[in-house]
Amino acid sequence: MRREKIISAVLATVAMSGIAGLSLITAYIFKEGLPIILRVGAGKFLLSSTWAPSEGKFGIFSMIVGSLAVTAGAMVIGVVFGLGVAIVLTQFCPRRLAAALKPAIELLAGIPSVVYGFMGVVILVPLIRDHLGGPGLSVLAASIVLGIMVLPTVTSISVDALRAVPRSYSEGSIALGATGWQTTHMVILRAARSGILAAFILGMGRAVGETMAVIMVAGNTAQVPRSILDPVRTLTSNIALEMGYAAGDHRSALFATGVTLFVIIMILNTIAMTVSRRRGQKAGRK
Amino acid sequence: MRIPPLVAQRLIASVLWILTAATIGVLLFIIAYVLIHGLPYVTWEFLSRAPERMGREGGIFPIIVGTAAVTCLAVLIAGPIGVVTAIYLTEYTREGRLTAIIRFGADCLAGIPSIIFGLFGFAFFVISLGMGLSVIAGALTLALMVLPTIIRTSEEAIRAVPYSYREVSYGLGSTRWEMVTRVVLRSALPGISTGIVLSLGRSVSETAAVMLTAGSALRMPQSLLDSSRTLALHFYILAREGISMNKAYATASVLIVAILVINLVAYWIMRRFIAKTG
Repeated sequence: MRREKIISAVLATVAMSGIAGLSLITAYIFKEGLPIILRVGAGKFLLSSTWAPSEGKFGIFSMIVGSLAVTAGAMVIGVVFGLGVAIVLTQFCPRRLAAALKPAIELLAGIPSVVYGFMGVVILVPLIRDHLGGPGLSVLAASIVLGIMVLPTVTSISVDALRAVPRSYSEGSIALGATGWQTTHMVILRAARSGILAAFILGMGRAVGETMAVIMVAGNTAQVPRSILDPVRTLTSNIALEMGYAAGDHRSALFATGVTLFVIIMILNTIAMTVSRRRGQKAGRK
Repeated sequence: MRIPPLVAQRLIASVLWILTAATIGVLLFIIAYVLIHGLPYVTWEFLSRAPERMGREGGIFPIIVGTAAVTCLAVLIAGPIGVVTAIYLTEYTREGRLTAIIRFGADCLAGIPSIIFGLFGFAFFVISLGMGLSVIAGALTLALMVLPTIIRTSEEAIRAVPYSYREVSYGLGSTRWEMVTRVVLRSALPGISTGIVLSLGRSVSETAAVMLTAGSALRMPQSLLDSSRTLALHFYILAREGISMNKAYATASVLIVAILVINLVAYWIMRRFIAKTG
């Protein structure tokens, strides 16, 4: 019995590694980034769009706007396609075909983000430049690339949410004479609403956090974009682009960019967790 | 004017099918495009030689070795920790405050973007612990990144083991630890392996986090404290700095084939697992 107790204690200790890692990450990012935010002033740091590290001016407003713009664009594509595919896979598609298509779409998630970025540079950017104008490297290009990248996340979580709707709901609707689509949008989508919302928010987290693909197609100019054809810089790209050579205050400012990103992601995660927990309670599952 | 329901049904169904076809089309297109442009340049020379002139010529052998070292080490570190966490969560404790904290930690880690892991790895492993840009710093950073995936998939695999197995094991007089190691883990092994293999795939395709922690040296790493470039980063540098498009496509092809193989292996293990447990 004594031995069992020791084993249990050892396992409990190891099981705390995840939360220990999370605490360390939080502590280090804030320790490196927070001082400069306080020194520059949170308002100025967040709301000024002058980013001139060599002159000691650190304002990340344009990058916050950049991240939000690119993410919003990505979500339009990710949700239209992701949810559309999820509906096809769960409602309109023969079971065997769905069983083959779902892993294929999940494979999309396995392709390295740099490959998506590269495809964006080689194919998408020239298309935009030649047909819509502007430099090609733009909010639009980044949105499309990110939209394709968040698609698997949105699809796969939405599929789970749609599958979790009890069969009796759709049977009831069909028995009342509703067509397949009426059943889908009036009954199933409504019942799976919170699961789909969770998929949407998690996809958003992925889009906000993506780095390398965005660097390759967004153009990276640190200014507030005026149209979707203008280049932008996101919070993530700001860090990855300059970390290699930054020192002193400049480096601290990049960590401060990380702090901002971290806070945005944590808010999104908390919303996603609350939403999916509420769904769990409502449906009476664990 | 109202659209008749049956017409709406047909219309929506076709639109959604087109969206699905487009999605699958994009997937196939990306893979085909890279492989068509890259595979002709993937020769034995390319795989077995060192890069020359910043990768403009020569091959990618040291980079393959570096990638294997960083990613395998990451999985070797995260694997045992993740599986032990899953065992603790499923077999050794009841749902309570402690499990809520552990799950919260894993869920949050899963949502953190890779660039933040990179920043942390840089500040903590590279600078504070004095590891420098190195294989070990990259591996530890990636290990933290894939830990939540391993915990979640292991937990699911362990929960899927029928309760009767545990009862029989107890009935034969085994202790909890014997039951866990000899019965539960053995039956959950395929599910756990799937999670670990998928994590390996995720590590291989990661770029931002390894760039800040493992560095971008082109030499063959001689020890765990040497910097080493990974395939994904090498591809990024070749493509972004326009060093050599042919070599970039070839590197991307190697990367994509590696990812496809890793995912197929994971899928195959999972299928066998499902077939066995019914």
